Amino acid sequence: MITFDRVTRKFGEHTIALDSISLQIADGEFVFLVGTSGAGKTTLLRLITRDLLPSSGHIHVDSWDVVQLTNKQIPLLRRKVAMIFQDFKVLSDRTVYENVAIALEILGKKEKEIETSVVSTLEVVGLGGKISVFPAQLSAGELQRVSIARAIVGKPGILLADEPTGNLDPKTGWDIIKLLVDINKRNTTIIMATHNMDIVNSMRRRVVSMKHGKVTRDEKIGKYQ
Amino acid sequence: MSKSFNIWHHIRRSPYQTILAISITSLTFFVVTLVSYAALVSSTLLTYFEQKPQITAFFSDEKKEDSIKALQDKLKGTGKVSGLRFVSKDEALKIYQNQNKSDPLLLEMVTADILPASLEISTTEPKFLADVATILQQESGINETIYQKDIVDTLLTWTATIRYAGILLIIFFFLLTILVTLTITGMKIILRREEIEILKLVGATRSYISKPFIIEGMLYGFIGAIIGWLLGYGVLLYATPFLSSLLQGIPALSLHIAFFGKTIPYMREVVVWPISIVLTGILLFLLTFLGLLLGALGSFVALWRYVRF
Repeated sequence: MITFDRVTRKFGEHTIALDSISLQIADGEFVFLVGTSGAGKTTLLRLITRDLLPSSGHIHVDSWDVVQLTNKQIPLLRRKVAMIFQDFKVLSDRTVYENVAIALEILGKKEKEIETSVVSTLEVVGLGGKISVFPAQLSAGELQRVSIARAIVGKPGILLADEPTGNLDPKTGWDIIKLLVDINKRNTTIIMATHNMDIVNSMRRRVVSMKHGKVTRDEKIGKYQ
Repeated sequence: MSKSFNIWHHIRRSPYQTILAISITSLTFFVVTLVSYAALVSSTLLTYFEQKPQITAFFSDEKKEDSIKALQDKLKGTGKVSGLRFVSKDEALKIYQNQNKSDPLLLEMVTADILPASLEISTTEPKFLADVATILQQESGINETIYQKDIVDTLLTWTATIRYAGILLIIFFFLLTILVTLTITGMKIILRREEIEILKLVGATRSYISKPFIIEGMLYGFIGAIIGWLLGYGVLLYATPFLSSLLQGIPALSLHIAFFGKTIPYMREVVVWPISIVLTGILLFLLTFLGLLLGALGSFVALWRYVRF
């Protein structure tokens, strides 16, 4: 469960990215965050991972009070809340396997365990045959799959996706959405910020619409607009 | 992909920065080796001269034993004297004979009658030499007083100079090493910013992210210390013939080692001159430890400066 309680985030004195937002997202939900650029979608996602601190208000992720977390607790939160991005954030000098294995190495898992988990996760995202390939040899869709594999290999409870289809052609974008739906079926909460009207309208999931840092609409089965 | 692979991978990715870091660290430890050795030799040399009889007073034949005894008591009473040794005419002859045993002609010409009795005096501190000399000059029945004030004074000056200049030089090179390690680690952090961001994103702890940089810095320090020590040791070996002629007549100089008043078994006395393997071994151990410390410190400051957690 993710709870936002009157959360405001300012950048400087005059720029209000989020304006007293209150929101609840239950375990296992698939939520679309929609809105124009600058609406506050990315800020909201960054607050959940404690990449940013709110100017005021409270954020809870399960039993974690995100605002009160110590520096030592932040990594523990980020192992529970994974994130993927529009620009993939994949290391170009590491193979597909190594990029995904990073997420388990930080947990101190044994080599054999890492190998088993990485190989099976790459199978799930459809990259079973590209384990030893470097990112330069992959398409944009495949790079996003690597990013997803890295995010889910540690079995997080929540997956945040910031415009994951933004750099992809429509067909590849749909493939990624299907993959996210599969991950959601395993009871992983997914919050996806997107501008893709087709995807949002077709999926018939919860839609939270934002404008100027405020939630303007929150529908259980919503549409882009 | 193990962590060790990670470190090696990043050293390989920026070999010139690695070479620069190790070169500066080596230079630092080369200087530290030479300065440490110079400081040790000058210090033990000073101790050697301080422990030798520093003033010798030669008595006239008229000087009575009672009067000599009274003088000894007077000198003891000052509290500035650490040792007194009376050398009779007969003993003086024996010393003379021993010193000139290779020259029979000189031995034949000298008898105990023509050699004066003397008193060898050591002071607790070199600065008391002048006071003791003044007392002797005021005493009747003393023909001549000689003392090693000049040698000790010169050595005191040299030892102090080597110590202060050495400390300044070492501080300068230590700061330089930290600065270079800091700058190079900082550059590496900037080069690996993307990787660090990703690691933070997937939940890596501060120590997980910092560890490779700290180990890399320590590796520079460790390798630099060994290279610096090897160069310093090489220079010392090369200079040994010159040093031998400079220190001609000086026996083996050794250093008394104690920690908080307790000696280490088998290491109570460490030979400083001639160059000994034990001393250089101790120096290597200390330098590598310092190298690890400096490398870690430089990296730590760079992480603190460039990585926000």
